[in-house]
Amino acid sequence: MINVLKSIVLGSTFALALAGSVSAASLTVGFSQIGSESGWRAAETSVTKQQAEKRGVDLKFADAQQKQENQIKAIRGFVAQGVDAILVAPVVATGWEAVLQEAKDADIPVILLDRGIDGSPDLYMTMVASDQVLEGKVAGEWLVKQAAGKECNVVELQGTTGSSPAINRKKGFEEAIAGTPTIKIIRSQTGDFTRAKGKEVMEGFLKAESGGKNICALYAHNDDMAVGAIQAIKEAGLKPGTDIKVVSIDAVPDIFKAMADGEANATVELTPNMAGPAFDALEKFKADGTLPPKQIITESKLYTQADDPMKVYEEKKGLGY
Amino acid sequence: MSRLVPGLRKAAPQFVCLAMILFFNWLAFPGFFDLRIQDGRLFGSLVDVLNRGAPVAILAVGMTAVIASKGVDLSVGAVMAMAGAVAATMTVSGHPLLVVLLSALAVGVACGLLNGLLVAVLELQPIVATLILMVAGRGIAQLITKGVIVTFNDPGLIFVGTGSFLGLPMPVILAAALAIFAVAVVRRTALGLLIESTGVNRSASTYAGINSRLLMVMIYAFSGFCAALAGVIAAADIRGADANNAGLWLELDAILAVVIGGTSLLGGRFSILMSVLGAIIIQAMNTGILTSGFPPEYNLVVKACVIIMILLAQSVSLGAAGWLPRRVPAAKSKEA
Repeated sequence: MINVLKSIVLGSTFALALAGSVSAASLTVGFSQIGSESGWRAAETSVTKQQAEKRGVDLKFADAQQKQENQIKAIRGFVAQGVDAILVAPVVATGWEAVLQEAKDADIPVILLDRGIDGSPDLYMTMVASDQVLEGKVAGEWLVKQAAGKECNVVELQGTTGSSPAINRKKGFEEAIAGTPTIKIIRSQTGDFTRAKGKEVMEGFLKAESGGKNICALYAHNDDMAVGAIQAIKEAGLKPGTDIKVVSIDAVPDIFKAMADGEANATVELTPNMAGPAFDALEKFKADGTLPPKQIITESKLYTQADDPMKVYEEKKGLGY
Repeated sequence: MSRLVPGLRKAAPQFVCLAMILFFNWLAFPGFFDLRIQDGRLFGSLVDVLNRGAPVAILAVGMTAVIASKGVDLSVGAVMAMAGAVAATMTVSGHPLLVVLLSALAVGVACGLLNGLLVAVLELQPIVATLILMVAGRGIAQLITKGVIVTFNDPGLIFVGTGSFLGLPMPVILAAALAIFAVAVVRRTALGLLIESTGVNRSASTYAGINSRLLMVMIYAFSGFCAALAGVIAAADIRGADANNAGLWLELDAILAVVIGGTSLLGGRFSILMSVLGAIIIQAMNTGILTSGFPPEYNLVVKACVIIMILLAQSVSLGAAGWLPRRVPAAKSKEA
């Protein structure tokens, strides 16, 4: 009897000790990624894996190939495996209540990456995301400073019509230039976030604004459209970066190459490191139970030609953008 | 000449539409017809219409033949992405231009052959058979590029997309050459007649001695070739292969161009030049929307309204009611 008690006590102290070491280092975390819809998404995946490796987290990765049912299956799988936490980059906003309740019932904290969901905030521990309005604002503030009170006509390449980054990045930029009557958006069209459409739409802008002479700056909702537009500006016989200033958002490697060549002026980073803050919050929670705020906003950092773009390009190139 | 006059009369609705679209473009943006020389090439909105319309025009040339044979090729957009991906990755790994171009075009032909085999030999319905590659092709393209936009700086390949010849952009030259070649082949030989006959009634044509199986495989292979050419141009234009977006939904634009051109989706009579004109009409509308300064929320609605009007203008019953200057097509003769 005593022996049995002893072994139970021993066993539980051992288990406790084990649990202690688990919370310190080897967490097992499931990550349900949307898929590889864009270069940024691929970079987010590789940065998440890097962050996990750096912190000694055992990351279980599931690629949902843009399908919610795959994500739900993956989350159920993680719950069944009894992971310590689940990271989800939700592909759509709705339909998560049931599966996230299952995770909650199993006491597994869920952290949303990059996108939010419709539904009770009780279903997840926190959400790590960028502030898209702020991104637009940072770009706008840069332009206000650059224009320095001079007249500046801006053309805008919007993202896919109706998408939340397009709406918010437009809003933020407009807020930033609102107090500066010399800066005006004279044309705004959608370039669907792609290079080809960015180039085609910019060609139209250049024709419509007497060969581009009226245009002082281009604001593109993502770097890919800016890269396409830069080619259109060159083909029209103007110098991108000098004749027409180029500011965009995302900070993908190719825009740093353009900045190094003097063809783009500034970009606002949408950091692919959403997992870093998520792991920080998780480690703190596991250590002493501190609950993070419901929303963790990542930094929207501005890069210009002065920030050694070639070096950043080399750093970012390997991330799978 | 005697054949040209009825041909032109038949094309009247399309020419009227194009003229009207150009007129509205001019109203919305008075500089629409301005042309100037920039770096040794013509520069202006009209050139943009031709240049941006070239990939869809090239797709429409192949699509016309497929639709005339009572088929449809939904895979052309995905084949564009694959050909672009192959061209970009091979260029990056240092292969010479000729090898790159031939490989990319060969990929297109191979995809077309696959479609042709599924349709003509295994007798799958064309819409289903080509849907397979429409879905899988984009995935294959993403595998080739490993999900990133593969960028290149090879001047030879870039020339295909952005160079110029005789003052016109290369894509326009390539599209024109392809269209003229295709028209010459189908109309100077019996090939066009054979395609039409297969499209109207395949079994009757087979009994009449036409090797319809081989003919259809060749037609799909040609469509694949056209798609690959458009894909190389699209990639060269942006100096990169964007597997996610290259050629996305362009199969629908190509089908629309063929329909605007007056070729029936039920097969039979077709006109390659009219399909090219259809592609130009679509692009004139797109470029017009871009230069007009409308908010982007209106793009699709404006586009849809214009398309409805174009198709109504071609409508047989409206023409018969005497509303529009159009002959009721009684004679089932071939016209280029």
